[in-house]
Amino acid sequence: MGGRLDALLALEDGTVFTGRSFGARGERVGEVVFNTSLSGYQEVLTDPSYRGQMVAMTAPQIGNTGVNDEDMESGRPQVEAFLVRQVSPLVSSWRARKDLGQFLREHGIVALSDVDTRALTRHVRAFGAMKAAVSTDDLSPESLIAKARAAPDISTRNLVREVSCQAPFEWTAGLSAGWGEPPPPAQRHIVVFDCGVKRSILCQLVQSGSRVTVVPWNTPAAEVTALCPDGILLSNGPGDPASVAELAETVRELLGWCPILGICLGHQLLGLALGARTFKLRFGHHGGNQPVKDLATGHVDITAQNHNYAIDAGSLSGGDVRVTHINLNDRTVEGIQHRQLPVLGVQYHPEAGPGPHDALGLFAGFCRLVDEWKQEHRVQVARLTARTPGKPGPAAEREG
Amino acid sequence: MPRRTDLHTILIIGSGPIVIGQACEFDYSGTQAVKALKEEGYRVILVNSNPATIMTDPELADRTYVEPLVAPVIEQIIARERPEAILPTVGGQTALNLAIELADSGVLERYGVSLIGARPEAIRIAEDRRLFRETIVSIGLEVPRSGLAGSVEEARRIARDLGFPLIIRPSFTLGGSGGGIAYNAEELGETVRRGLDLSPVHQVLVEQSVLGWKEFELEVMRDLADNVVVICSIENMDPMGVHTGDSITVAPALTLTDREYQRLRDMAIRIIRAVGVETGGSNIQFAVHPETGRVMVIEMNPRVSRSSALASKATGFPIAKIAAKLAVGYTLDELPNDITRETPACFEPTIDYVVVKVPRWNFEKLPNADPTLGTQMKSIGEAMAIGRTFQEALQKALRSMEDGRAGFGADGSEERIDPEQLRVRLSIPTPERLLYVRYALQSGWSVDAVAGLTHIDPWFLAQLDELIDLEGRLRAFNLENVPPRLLREAKRAGFSDRQLARLLAVPGQGAQPSLDVRRRRLELGIRAVYNRVDTCGAEFEAYTPYLYSTYETSCEASPGRRRKVMILGSGPNRIGQGIEFDYCCCHAALALRELGIESIMVNCNPETVSTDYDTADRLYFEPLTLEDVLNIVDVEQPEGVMIQFGGQTPLKLALDLEAAGVRILGTSPRSVDLAEDRQLFGALLRQLGQSLFGRDAADVKPFGQGRLGRDAVAWPQPTRSDLSL
Repeated sequence: MGGRLDALLALEDGTVFTGRSFGARGERVGEVVFNTSLSGYQEVLTDPSYRGQMVAMTAPQIGNTGVNDEDMESGRPQVEAFLVRQVSPLVSSWRARKDLGQFLREHGIVALSDVDTRALTRHVRAFGAMKAAVSTDDLSPESLIAKARAAPDISTRNLVREVSCQAPFEWTAGLSAGWGEPPPPAQRHIVVFDCGVKRSILCQLVQSGSRVTVVPWNTPAAEVTALCPDGILLSNGPGDPASVAELAETVRELLGWCPILGICLGHQLLGLALGARTFKLRFGHHGGNQPVKDLATGHVDITAQNHNYAIDAGSLSGGDVRVTHINLNDRTVEGIQHRQLPVLGVQYHPEAGPGPHDALGLFAGFCRLVDEWKQEHRVQVARLTARTPGKPGPAAEREG
Repeated sequence: MPRRTDLHTILIIGSGPIVIGQACEFDYSGTQAVKALKEEGYRVILVNSNPATIMTDPELADRTYVEPLVAPVIEQIIARERPEAILPTVGGQTALNLAIELADSGVLERYGVSLIGARPEAIRIAEDRRLFRETIVSIGLEVPRSGLAGSVEEARRIARDLGFPLIIRPSFTLGGSGGGIAYNAEELGETVRRGLDLSPVHQVLVEQSVLGWKEFELEVMRDLADNVVVICSIENMDPMGVHTGDSITVAPALTLTDREYQRLRDMAIRIIRAVGVETGGSNIQFAVHPETGRVMVIEMNPRVSRSSALASKATGFPIAKIAAKLAVGYTLDELPNDITRETPACFEPTIDYVVVKVPRWNFEKLPNADPTLGTQMKSIGEAMAIGRTFQEALQKALRSMEDGRAGFGADGSEERIDPEQLRVRLSIPTPERLLYVRYALQSGWSVDAVAGLTHIDPWFLAQLDELIDLEGRLRAFNLENVPPRLLREAKRAGFSDRQLARLLAVPGQGAQPSLDVRRRRLELGIRAVYNRVDTCGAEFEAYTPYLYSTYETSCEASPGRRRKVMILGSGPNRIGQGIEFDYCCCHAALALRELGIESIMVNCNPETVSTDYDTADRLYFEPLTLEDVLNIVDVEQPEGVMIQFGGQTPLKLALDLEAAGVRILGTSPRSVDLAEDRQLFGALLRQLGQSLFGRDAADVKPFGQGRLGRDAVAWPQPTRSDLSL
């Protein structure tokens, strides 16, 4: 506490919220969304899917446990700005390395406390995710509203390019000591298209006995097949899937080559590659309490989610793709699977980070699929190592 | 799955008389269960020996037996009503024990009755310490190490292995009675000897102590399709060693990272599955080491509990109601969330506020009782408060206690401090500990130093320290020159007008200074707004008007335009003011509904039926103070306020409310005062030609101020205070 209200948040529709700066000073524009997770602000902050967005936490007390080394979902905080009701004056956690404000200042993230985040959330719920500007310098509402309006629309930006790695690399770390069994030796090779991948996804792959190669989002199909993957994962990432249409193209080339799993943005890209349409939700799903029903078993998992776009169920009807999971709150598509090819996608985040672990089993399930496929196609795979990449893979060959 | 059609009649067992540790929360859960099962078309038979309950109202269940809760009586009821099933999980330990007894003695089998909600095997595993330990260890989780001892020598041997301090728990005694904590060999001998004497099987459990570890509880629900959700996490501000019923508790958990919280969640789900609770709610307690994060499983209740009542009120998720529906075969995804309507009950509530529960003790009425808090619960009631921050919620909860406090200090409670005792009072938990924490911080102790003695997490202490700091800044001003920004900051931190009147040295008598603060802040446009409890952090619209006050930018009360009347509840339970007043308030709400008048309930007791969002048309979960009630009146503008049903609590407010222009319905406050004020009443009686004590009585002065007319009256004499219970 203490200090005056010295920062403003202005929305494009003219609504203004006051706050107190506790991060870097400066001015940012982006799309404002809210996240309803009770815990896990560090994972939220460092999730590359939030690039281009300002995140308001509905949980009111933030920063209590500081920031530690283990809970980073990427190398740095990714949000455009961070909006909270109250920030902790003190860090209390045996794992903490630093204070939240200090962490945000070091990385140049503008952050506001003392914001009426509930009023902001209700506003976004009613009128949808919208463009916004925050500033610790320009405290004139009119001028800041104008800046919010002038900000580029999120769907026009290729944010994936900003957060993807620049060159391929191997990821070898599983869960840190004390948080899981040591990972088993690698039995399969998974190539991950990095659209802004969360470390939890990579850790879970390692944890399930996979060798993991991460490649930039725009890696051509031929380069990927040259890596001889047993399975491909299309990662989560920020923004509108339509803004990375070329990746959907690449995915189309890879269909049938080996099993593919899409998560979040990766799931939407898979949908696009399979001929589905995507649309923008009014304010998206951002939180750790979203009920997802598996239509085959009837079982419900409570899942972590973070997305503004979704696959249009209507665009799938009658095709080769079936809906496997739905969201019980709004009945939107949460999972798809190809009827013939070993291809599946989930809109939710099975890796959690932050959120419930109900759906962690998906990684083991995907690995089983990969292994079965590998078993079935061992002969072809051996033959294929010398093939020209980019041409139809084993499945197409088998079926054709 | 649809509801079971093979069942027609279901017996619900209540929890009997109110005892420490088993109070009106079971009227709340039982009432919800009766309503939920009737709604599904079942014939519901209820047995409970406590008539001061809503659940025993004749119109509620199809058949109600007010009979002793003993196995032979229940058997007779079973023989007469022939239920196909018993729901034993909403009547506390009493109902569970009876269910087990009926199962063991073959009664259930003889009459073809099944237990729904929890199978006998699951109840046994959860309740039998040895079986529970074995189950937990078998799924790879840790419990505190322990050994059974039948003699002091055996206990000493176990102690050598485990080290001090140790928790001693006599076997087969009720509610942890006879147990204790031993810090050294001498205390061990004493405690074990006492425990062996009290134990019918002459046996004690000697358990490794996790004193000072962080304490968390998770409220978990499971359905027959094996869907499991966590409704709420609760953190005990007082660490392990103080019974959760005697702890200040907070929802949600505030000092865990997601990774740490999810570990507890994973464990809770594994435990409910391993124990075999098929449907309904369970409460699972964990201890977490503050420096290493090591987790121990402490215990589990395979039924709704005090904590689930709190969790229901804290989140808006009606655990007992949903548990009853799950018991008859529904799955979570088939049940709607009443508050959002459009989403299912299969989700985990998320909240955008902080809930604080503060226990209420009555040691002043029990002069020989030891006020030290330990493993055996001693509080007799509680108040809960909701605020946007911990600070706001804590201050509101403290002024809900009706023990003279107006918040976290700045209310005269400082006078109860004995500085000489500071260290002892910080180390040994008693009801006064928070006062000493405040005194220590105010005297310049560091957060770490206070944490060192109390083991209260530094996060909470830092919050308290901020309140003290804010107090200091306020003291530099008076009501006229206090900066509006500072005044707003204070209101946002939960300071009451009464505290502010003191801090800003506002002169005057009685309620006048706080009313002056109120006037000033209203002039400055600093007024309370109301947020909704909506289970979802505002992600979906809330249709139930379940509200709490805060100082934010927008108000969600949207008051109706019908005729409406406000009912003031009875606050925390205490000796002499219990569940019976809640009964009256609920009936007042029902009567208003019959008349087509909107009822507005104001109360702060989370155990009650009146604070169920289903009871009145609108629920304000608020402290029952002049300030908080006037704030609601400002927003709602009811045509009147009913003060007759909540016991002494609302009566104390009557004159001040009327003076503030609020219309009091029924008996006028002046008449109430006439009846409640001994002097006025005595004068009245004298005027009527009688005498109060059958002769001329000396005016009773406040204790210690006057001498009773020894010669004039014969001893012993009863003494009575004004406006008391």
